[in-house]
Amino acid sequence: MTLENWLDTACADADRRGLPELKPLLATLAQATRLLRAADWNDLAGAVRQQADGGTHGDSARRLHGAGR
Amino acid sequence: MTDTAPHFRAITELAPLLAARAITSEALTAACLAEIAGKSEQLRAFITVTGDEALDQARALDRELAAGRCRGPLHGIPMSLKDLIDVGGVPTTAASQVRQGHVASKDALVTARLREAGAVFVGKTNLHEFAFGTTSEDSAYGAVRNPHDPARSPGGSSGGSAVSVVTGMAVASIGTDTGGSIRIPSAACGTVGLKPTWGEVPCDGVVPLSESLDHVGPLARSVADAWLLYLVLRGDRSAALWPLPARSDVQGLRLGIPRPYFLDIVDDQVRQRFAERLAWLRQAGAETVDVAIPHAAEIGAIYLHTSLPEASAYHASMIEQHPELYTPNVRLRIEMGRYLLAEDYVRAQRGRDVLRAEVDTALAGCDALALPTLPIPAPLIGATSVTLAGKKEPVRNMMLRLTQLFNVTGHPAISLPMARTSAGLPCGLQLVGRRHATEALLGVASACEAHLEA
Repeated sequence: MTLENWLDTACADADRRGLPELKPLLATLAQATRLLRAADWNDLAGAVRQQADGGTHGDSARRLHGAGR
Repeated sequence: MTDTAPHFRAITELAPLLAARAITSEALTAACLAEIAGKSEQLRAFITVTGDEALDQARALDRELAAGRCRGPLHGIPMSLKDLIDVGGVPTTAASQVRQGHVASKDALVTARLREAGAVFVGKTNLHEFAFGTTSEDSAYGAVRNPHDPARSPGGSSGGSAVSVVTGMAVASIGTDTGGSIRIPSAACGTVGLKPTWGEVPCDGVVPLSESLDHVGPLARSVADAWLLYLVLRGDRSAALWPLPARSDVQGLRLGIPRPYFLDIVDDQVRQRFAERLAWLRQAGAETVDVAIPHAAEIGAIYLHTSLPEASAYHASMIEQHPELYTPNVRLRIEMGRYLLAEDYVRAQRGRDVLRAEVDTALAGCDALALPTLPIPAPLIGATSVTLAGKKEPVRNMMLRLTQLFNVTGHPAISLPMARTSAGLPCGLQLVGRRHATEALLGVASACEAHLEA
């Protein structure tokens, strides 16, 4: 889904649910999402994660499994 | 009551007096309760005051001391807890109407550890609803106010906790920090606030905001007090805490200053105070070196794409059943998270690994990173923007700008009072240490603390 499609769909749904005040927040969020998707780590993250954790599973993987709580 | 009265003193000063029975926990607790009664209407720092239970607890602890049993340095110390943290038999409101009628069935693990160490609980402090904000003004129990200027926010979300410590309502407090919620109010009110390494202090029995970013930690009057509380919170036996490790020396300390991004948008007075304190630390023998976090510009995006969906996952069923019970701003933030795509959450987690490695690298040649905690002094209640260098900036972005990175990466961070603005508003210095080296960070903070006082 392109960001434009996502924003259109989300704003339409916010209108449908009676939450028009959500639309400017969603537009701001879309700017942050654009930045996130354009980041150069999207192709490199696996290598960085292995460096950071000595070749073991990354911290993000451990977080998703709930360790440390 | 003057701020030289015993209930305004640090735990490290009070503990020997209590142990020697020169003062009683009952008298200390009664003095804190009197401060709460006198100031609660204006400052709204507390949601629930457990006065009778606190006095009963204090008397029982005094009897233990009379019988020769001292549990350690927290024995008989009156404390407050942010109202996200369960105390058995007491409501945990999270400052929300959504939680009306809730009563905790048992203590949170951190509450149980403090209770075992001899802490007395005077009550539960007010906060930004569900900790989902940085100003403590969106609360079902009214906006918390800054004691240095009641027209201003005390910061948040642990705003009531910081106010309670500054005003003598409690000797120390326990808060939570998901993007800066211990450090931000500490800076805005003038307390020491510690966010330990992620995962060191258990969150069992604490209402979550964003599970992979949430931390529990102390707000206190000194680094030594924060250190004591941290040791108890992480489960050390209280009898083994005394005395604390000796304060290390500033001489030879190497502090990394992350200038790009972190010092780009800072209030002039905060910038000037920060530069002045760094100069004082250098005069005392510390060395400062410039460091950089290459992907700092993406911190906010990574934070949003982690915190919003995690918060929304927790709130999904409640917000579907009772959306009208949330304060409007908090409801909108939770709703926003429900639209985020899973693929973007995953991208954010990859970005976290990148940032974590970059903070590790920045710390490789340093004892700690040093930066302001907040780029602005406490904002006016109701303000949505502040003007810096002629440009309007959203208050929320400014409040989180310098703290949220270390929730994203899990590094320990502490805010120390460093100065006041010309209007008398506190500013905080933030020190950041290596992951899983919170005690080493406390040592650095302890060494720096004396050199920050005017």
